[in-house]
Amino acid sequence: MEWDWNFVREIMPTLIQGVKITILATLLGSVLAAIVGLAIALARRSPNRAVSRSVGFLAEFIRGTPLLVQLYFIFYVLPDIGILLPPLVAGVIGLGLHYGTYTAEVYRAGIDNVPRGQWEAAKACNLNARQTWTHIIMPQAIPPMIPALANYFIAMFKETPLLSAITVLELMNQAKSVANTYYRYVEPMTLVGAFFLVISLFSVVLLRWLEHRYGKIER
Amino acid sequence: MTQWSGYLGLILQGALITIELTLMGSVLALIMAFLAGLGRLSRFFVFRALATAYIEFFRGTSIFVQLFWAYFVLPFIGISLTPLQAGVLALGLNVGAYAAEVVRGAIQSIGREQYEACTALNLGRWQGMRHVILPQALLVMLPTFGNNAIELLKATAVVSLISLTDLTFQAQVVRSQTGNTLVPFTTILIIYFVLALVISWGVRSLERRMARGLDGVRV
Repeated sequence: MEWDWNFVREIMPTLIQGVKITILATLLGSVLAAIVGLAIALARRSPNRAVSRSVGFLAEFIRGTPLLVQLYFIFYVLPDIGILLPPLVAGVIGLGLHYGTYTAEVYRAGIDNVPRGQWEAAKACNLNARQTWTHIIMPQAIPPMIPALANYFIAMFKETPLLSAITVLELMNQAKSVANTYYRYVEPMTLVGAFFLVISLFSVVLLRWLEHRYGKIER
Repeated sequence: MTQWSGYLGLILQGALITIELTLMGSVLALIMAFLAGLGRLSRFFVFRALATAYIEFFRGTSIFVQLFWAYFVLPFIGISLTPLQAGVLALGLNVGAYAAEVVRGAIQSIGREQYEACTALNLGRWQGMRHVILPQALLVMLPTFGNNAIELLKATAVVSLISLTDLTFQAQVVRSQTGNTLVPFTTILIIYFVLALVISWGVRSLERRMARGLDGVRV
């Protein structure tokens, strides 16, 4: 089958519609993952054994099971108990929760890397727990984490095509629908692949810059 | 209640397909990882360029897009794959690209003195790699390989979208036949989690076995 540029031009507007949703889902998902990750990391440090253990297990469980099944779970099971979510919201929650369990590890490592002396100095200055976290620990812990966090957000971006399975009209779904309408798969699928490849090649450059700016990525 | 046993059988059949895919995908991923990982360390520019292109391409586009490309686009250029073949191919090549970087990193983490010792003992490049470097590097790779295998297991859920009857697909079948969402999805989430636990347990015991002979060799 020949590559047809006219067909490419014809389907471009539809695909760009999808790109917008893809980017929106990634941004919202990243924000949610950043928050969820912090919450998990803090909960796992809780002095209350029951809290830290159960959150730890839950995070482990979410990390050990496929995102696709979690998306189905959110999309199909929650309506049964009366929570009806629009597809995009369900997708963002799925992405945010799944990647939140990964970013939690980044936060944990970042917080552990703050030297003990800083905690002791905060205590010596008579700062309370909240002040210690907001003024001493977090400002030092967050910058070195930024490259690792960005890495996970890029990984999340590459997982957004899964949202098409729960009927979100993102890039992959738009491509599938135009492919099914015209029965031409070569152009739409290749364009989707090319789009992700281009973005991820750019993101490699961005990551290098972030690493240079904020310190080495952890391996 | 009798009907549930029938549905459970369906889900277990799906579990078999998932396990089969994970094993075959892992074998292909392992082969690709060593080919591309060693290729990146090659003396010859062509091999380095080929390996880098492979790794960047498969890490840059998401598994979902690759799978759809293999299943829907390849037939148009004359290569027809069954869903299982497309699944194994996409999973193996995708995870292989990630694992190739692990192979490269592990080989590079072996100290210079080991290479110098190889030269001192008059071992050839291949001999040194085979008898001195790889046995040590393998131990460094193992834990990350375990994580990669779990990622592969999680990625197998995606093949349900190209009509391969794996766990996720069967759960959807059960959902559409019974109208019950909570039971099938919770069941398969637990099965995925148990499979992930089995992998991490297996890799850990393998690691202990392989470390046995190397006591005192590694600092």
